[in-house]
Amino acid sequence: MTGLRSIDGVASGPAWDYDKLVFEDRVHRILYTDPRIFDEEMTKIFGAVWVYLGHESQIPAPNDFVATRMGRRPLILVRDSEGVLRALYNRCTHRGSTVCREARGSAKSFQCGYHGWTFLNSGKLNGVPWPDGYADNFEDEKFNLAQVPRVESYRGFVFGTLNLDAPSLADYLGGVAGPLDEWLDRHPGGKVVVCEANRLKFKGNWKLLYDNSADGYHVVFSHRSLLAMENRFDEDGDKGMAFYKSSPDNAPMYVRYFGNGHHFKDKRPNVEDRPGALWEIEGPHPGMEHFEASLRQRLGDRADLALDLASSEPVNINVFPNLHILGNHIQVSTPVSVDETDTTWYGTAVVDETGELEGTVDAVNALRMRTQESFPNFGEVDDLVNFEQIQVGFQAEEDEWVYMHRGLGIPDRFEVDDDGVITGPPTDEVFMREHMKAWKRLMMAEPRIAISRTV
Amino acid sequence: MDAPDPSTGSYYVSDDFYAALVEDFSGWQTPDRAITDAALRESCAQFLAEEARLLDSDRLDDWLALFVPECIYWVPGTRDGDPRREIAIAFDDRRRLEDRIFRLRTGEAWSQRPRSRTTRMVSNIELFSTPDPEIAMVRSNFLTVEFRDGETRIWSGWNGHRLRDMTTRWKILVKQVNLIDYDQNLRNPSIVL
Ligand code: FES
Ligand SMILES: [Fe+2]
Repeated sequence: MTGLRSIDGVASGPAWDYDKLVFEDRVHRILYTDPRIFDEEMTKIFGAVWVYLGHESQIPAPNDFVATRMGRRPLILVRDSEGVLRALYNRCTHRGSTVCREARGSAKSFQCGYHGWTFLNSGKLNGVPWPDGYADNFEDEKFNLAQVPRVESYRGFVFGTLNLDAPSLADYLGGVAGPLDEWLDRHPGGKVVVCEANRLKFKGNWKLLYDNSADGYHVVFSHRSLLAMENRFDEDGDKGMAFYKSSPDNAPMYVRYFGNGHHFKDKRPNVEDRPGALWEIEGPHPGMEHFEASLRQRLGDRADLALDLASSEPVNINVFPNLHILGNHIQVSTPVSVDETDTTWYGTAVVDETGELEGTVDAVNALRMRTQESFPNFGEVDDLVNFEQIQVGFQAEEDEWVYMHRGLGIPDRFEVDDDGVITGPPTDEVFMREHMKAWKRLMMAEPRIAISRTV
Repeated sequence: MDAPDPSTGSYYVSDDFYAALVEDFSGWQTPDRAITDAALRESCAQFLAEEARLLDSDRLDDWLALFVPECIYWVPGTRDGDPRREIAIAFDDRRRLEDRIFRLRTGEAWSQRPRSRTTRMVSNIELFSTPDPEIAMVRSNFLTVEFRDGETRIWSGWNGHRLRDMTTRWKILVKQVNLIDYDQNLRNPSIVL
């Protein structure tokens, strides 16, 4: 294991005094615009906490791999020949070229295109052309691919961290594992598989997306065109997120902060707790009437359960810093630079190994693909442009502050339980204030960052 | 009983419809199916130019009128995939296309405020026959230049049009848009391609 954030003993300290940039009610614009802060985040956030790397269903068999990133680090997430999950650095130990240039596939080894060094999918150096030209012993670990020293899976979600002092993944997730479990457990067998994605990007800082992820305040404004579209056959309709329309803070939904930057917007209480209720608020989708009729004919009374599985689950589960469960999506955000972020909306499909759906799983998925395409096409594009316009607004450098104080100072606005979990009204910015505190703590810490080359 | 109106109920996007769609769009660009009739190719080129012009001039209702009622607009996120099992960049039936146009017209679709201006070049047009003498498959390359909010950028790839009634007036059954960067993260994909 090698320490990273020091070169020749010169440690790199905080770029700024973050106490002067992050306050209870507001943060400074340079958090979103300063490349030095961004560089520091790549270590102190995207190196130091558990970062989501991929889903096990993307690499189901030994030797499967998928390219991913941890912050900007290019990684290959592999299930090696022995079945071990590893996050290899896609970085040749010779002179640094990437050793894998495919987005995914199956390979027992990776050969660098530059001088042909070859590595097993465990990361071990396996061969060097004309080795007699070297005085080295290539059995030395230092020539193996670097890898993320700690990789763990939580029910199919694979995370990694470089921080040797980070808590276990389960402890890091803490309370947010509850909604994650419930989201998984609504599916047969308690699992899903990913099935391609709506891949988007925006010219803005990654935190703009995280700040938005439990924001119930923007919905009827940023998504006005989507709400109008989904209810165009009946203006007073209740399709989609219509429960935000009149006075969302009086609705039974809530926002909850769990600690470590994780939060949860639970919109399920807005929907009646009975089979078919989710399906009833789905807007129009391709194939809807055909598949509903066919599922009702095939499943009778049980059709509502199948139709609910094709419907969007009304939750936003946000795992700091880069994983969002929204509806049926696994949304991942990946910083590219201080003002550019990729956000990939992986679709999920239902698997039915025990026959719970009596042979209708393909029909459920045919519907579920279409319900999932709606939001990225007609909702997210508008949010992303609003984020880009924030980045434009931030160029006004003398106007320094970004306010996130909705709800602050209003008595009895929140409940805090014995574990410190905070619950408040859905349009409140309390979750943002809390994840910014977590961000500040991380940026002011000196994590023990390391890589491994042990296979 | 009257056929259901595809603008209000999506009955036609069925198992059989999907299966036929996937079949129709696999392995169709073969030399033995190439149509060489010059007049037919010319009328097809004119039709594709008209489609491009209607989109470029934001005449979306007129554009939609080029489609049969039970149509599909499909932007795959993979090559040779099956839309029943995987997410597409877009997979619109008639009603969802009308949704798409409705949303753009609300004036509150922020991704299109300001609206994009586009210029489309369509070229390399090739026609292929199908077992149905009234239906042709058409492949064309496109280069769409989009200007929006001070920036100019390019969308490119090839279109697969499934067209009907080639002897009278062309109609679009399916438009499949194959972007060259279909597997990449795309910035603001909110125009009709
Ligand atoms: S950089 Fe990889 S073999 Fe030289
Ligand atoms: Fe949103």
